[in-house]
Amino acid sequence: MTTQTTAVAPPTAAVPKRRRGGSLLERRRQRWGWVFVTPFLVVFAAFLVFPLIYAFGMSLFTSTLATGTTFTGAANYVKAFTDPLFLEGLGRVAAFAVVMIPAQLIVALVAALVLDSLTTWVSKLSRLLIFAPYAIPVVIGALMWSFLYSPRFGPASTLFDLVGLQAPDFLSGDSVFASLVNIVTWQWSGYYMVVIYAALRSIDPAIYEAARIDGANGFQTATRIKIPMISSSMVMVITFALIGTLQFFTEPVVLRNIAQGAIDAAYTPNMYAYSLAFSYSQFNYASTIAFSLGILVFAGSYLFLFLTRKQSGLK
Amino acid sequence: MATTAPLTTATGVPSREDRGPRTGHRNGRRIGSHVFLIILAIYFVIPIWWLFVAATKNTSGLFGSPAFWFDDHFALFENIAGLFTQQNGIYWTWLGNSFLYAFAGGIGATILSILAGYGFAKYRFRGRGAVFGVILGSIMVPLTALVIPTFMLLSQYGLINTPWAVILPSLLSPFGVYLMRVYTQDAVPDEMLEAARIDGAGEFRTFFQVALPLLKPAIVTVLLLSVVGTWNNFFLPLAVLTDPNLLPVTVGLNRWTALSNAGAGGEQVWNLITTGAFISVLPLILSFLFLQRYWQGGLTIGSIK
Repeated sequence: MTTQTTAVAPPTAAVPKRRRGGSLLERRRQRWGWVFVTPFLVVFAAFLVFPLIYAFGMSLFTSTLATGTTFTGAANYVKAFTDPLFLEGLGRVAAFAVVMIPAQLIVALVAALVLDSLTTWVSKLSRLLIFAPYAIPVVIGALMWSFLYSPRFGPASTLFDLVGLQAPDFLSGDSVFASLVNIVTWQWSGYYMVVIYAALRSIDPAIYEAARIDGANGFQTATRIKIPMISSSMVMVITFALIGTLQFFTEPVVLRNIAQGAIDAAYTPNMYAYSLAFSYSQFNYASTIAFSLGILVFAGSYLFLFLTRKQSGLK
Repeated sequence: MATTAPLTTATGVPSREDRGPRTGHRNGRRIGSHVFLIILAIYFVIPIWWLFVAATKNTSGLFGSPAFWFDDHFALFENIAGLFTQQNGIYWTWLGNSFLYAFAGGIGATILSILAGYGFAKYRFRGRGAVFGVILGSIMVPLTALVIPTFMLLSQYGLINTPWAVILPSLLSPFGVYLMRVYTQDAVPDEMLEAARIDGAGEFRTFFQVALPLLKPAIVTVLLLSVVGTWNNFFLPLAVLTDPNLLPVTVGLNRWTALSNAGAGGEQVWNLITTGAFISVLPLILSFLFLQRYWQGGLTIGSIK
């Protein structure tokens, strides 16, 4: 319970407010803080703040061979938000978010709840094995699955032959969505499971004892006590999954090697920005797409944190 | 109590007494739970098992033998030899590059995070709240949205196609700063710093000799997270590196796959791709295995808060 109460306190509140008269010497000493934070702030300015400003600046100009670079104001944004390729990509990552995040979360949560109720060597080993994909680079994970999906190498045809069925084509236009969901779920569920599991372990077991005396069964304990008590971890997991999903890039790029028909160059907004910049040298328009995506992701995750502020304890 | 509770979860999963089986009906449920876990574990492990098996096959074995079992011909060592001869062993250059980028970027990011986390946690300087608020908000900025502007900026400074193009942007880790700050706040008591100062230690000495040793679990976690992050990175090196000799192993293997799929017979190196992928995942899998004690507790520092 104590963990939970501290969980509600925002980081700043944990610092005791000690304004000790504010003697000159003391105030001068506190300025040392700048010495410690400045190295990071330099990198922060150079590789986050400045690129963002730069992208925004680029997005206000249009460059053509005929007229050179001219200031066009919001024209690129009007173009982007009426560009069917960008809008389709946005719709697609939104659809991925709706399917993929619950899929990962359910697997992670159920696995964590089961692990929390067991203390055998099987459960310890399973925890390690379920986490293992996190240690594999996303590119390699996607490469592995693309081999497994491939009708040439994959085991699907052999497996389906056994039961006399025809193997589905994992890489056709209809099924590639599900194939990508599977890759991401496989790659990340274990990591989320470890986070949720650790949160479950930090609950005081005396509470379960009290619930049992009150006649709660295992399922009720899980849904009425455990899940509400780890809601701040769940909010964090969902936020990370949301940010990750909206900038979907690596898996579809790798899968595109063998499924060009099903995954086009503008499959996700990030892929679209990449191909605009590096295949068509439209850096101004690519900056517009990248900046718009950045703002949308920021706004989306901020909105999510705002709506769940009661659960997460963030203010 | 309020300060020690997060500490236990941050330094390691708190031990809890085995709430072992109590009734016969519970035993039945435990068997069900075990079966469920085993099925789940198989799903997560089988692609890795496949990769291991595939690394031991030559190209004809990859096409002709059962996917999840070994071929009659064990070709792992031939494949490794092949990695040394294919394009003059460029695979090993890629692997070396991955190590260089991951460690330079990861260690750098960790050092910056430790310093900044300590500064934010233990000094009350003017503007602290505002600056930290901006950093916290930046965790929600998708880093891939920065790749294209970063590419354009780096090309203006002539840094494209140099190792710096990958290493410098990898130094940025707002989440690392957040984790270090949260951890430092609870793990380093103000009284200890005060005592060190009264004994005449300067600010740096207090930091290095008093605070730093207390931060070890969080340092390992942040280091692990940032090394994994850089090792995993694909979009950034894909954009800023074109010289084949500078690629990290992830981008290099993807390039081989694209070439092999494009079909030209001599360029099909499927067996080298699987073996190369297998070798490249070993270092991280092994380090996670040996550093279990740290990441199992450490990964949750941020979430408990």
